[in-house]
Amino acid sequence: MKILGTGSALPKKVVTNDDLAGFLDTNDEWISTRTGIRERRVLSDETLQSLAERAGRAALESAGVAPEEIDCVLVSTVQAETLSPALACDIQPALGLKCMGMDINGGCTGFIAALAVAEGLIASGRAHKLLVLSAEALSRFADWTDRGTCVLFGDAAGGAVVGEGEGVEDIRFASEPRREVLCASTPPGNSPFAIDPAPAQYLKMQGQEVYKFAVSHSFRDIRDMLAAHDLAPEDVDFYALHQANMRILEAVRTRLKVDAERFPHNIERTGNTSSATIPVLLDELNRAGRLQPGCRLILNAFGAGLCTGTALIRW
Amino acid sequence: MNQVYQKIVDIIVDAKGIDPDTIHYSSTFKDLNVDSLDIAEMAMTLEDEFGVTIDLEEGVNTIEDLVNLIVTRMKD
Repeated sequence: MKILGTGSALPKKVVTNDDLAGFLDTNDEWISTRTGIRERRVLSDETLQSLAERAGRAALESAGVAPEEIDCVLVSTVQAETLSPALACDIQPALGLKCMGMDINGGCTGFIAALAVAEGLIASGRAHKLLVLSAEALSRFADWTDRGTCVLFGDAAGGAVVGEGEGVEDIRFASEPRREVLCASTPPGNSPFAIDPAPAQYLKMQGQEVYKFAVSHSFRDIRDMLAAHDLAPEDVDFYALHQANMRILEAVRTRLKVDAERFPHNIERTGNTSSATIPVLLDELNRAGRLQPGCRLILNAFGAGLCTGTALIRW
Repeated sequence: MNQVYQKIVDIIVDAKGIDPDTIHYSSTFKDLNVDSLDIAEMAMTLEDEFGVTIDLEEGVNTIEDLVNLIVTRMKD
């Protein structure tokens, strides 16, 4: 499987740390030193669907692929615009698509999970060219009264057109089920038969436990991926990690002993946008001309589950 | 217990460049400018060093809290 083009879209509404300090007991220094985040984009009068459509259109144009060539759309999302239908179906009319579509919820590892599903569909011959997107609106289920979590998140969409060919060389996953560390719930509904239904709950996160998991498991998974392909850390041009926290990125980078240029980041502008962080970062690298043919990337994400995903790509 | 305490002091001195004589058993991490992610990073080193799992959600505010948490885990 090969990545043929990339696209991304951010909401127009910019929320700075100072904006948050206007209604939370926090400040720019507290947020930026602990997370690296200076601002994030948040949906206001736009919809998640419109973001996904913009990212999808940009990816198709980048790939030079006509809508009628796409035979499947996969959208990674923790919470789509609606429970049903899937966002992967809802965006198709605007993009001129008419094909199989399904949403995938792999938490922050969702884009890599969607790439793995796409790879399987191509290998089985069920699809030849796919639009693989991540579209996330964490602003809708973050707790805006909790200064420890809401400051971390933003909304975004990003993705790629993938097709047959050489490029994605390996994809691996790992998990350590720990629900209590990071979770959010959906409304319980109004079934008269439900006994003691759990109330809706905004996103809750044990930040220190997430940090420990992310740093230890990302380092381990990247190290194992490198070893499996007989690569040294410096053989990889870019490590595109899930943009959750600059301190996590730095901790993984120092353990790998590679220079900062190999760890691109945009978290200072976007915040953590769950599974959208990696495709948005990938698109920014691509559009900046930094991904030259033959260059090697490792994508690595970690998140709710807890789980991790790692992909090795030759551009 | 002294071994655990000394290791914590060594980590903080190394990470923050603090004079070890200013660190005490009752020192709060806040006073030492050690934030929550510094504690998480330190916990990873301590987990490896002492072969324990440290659950930081139990509330760790002072060096004494962290020493007691690790010593309790070592006895489990």
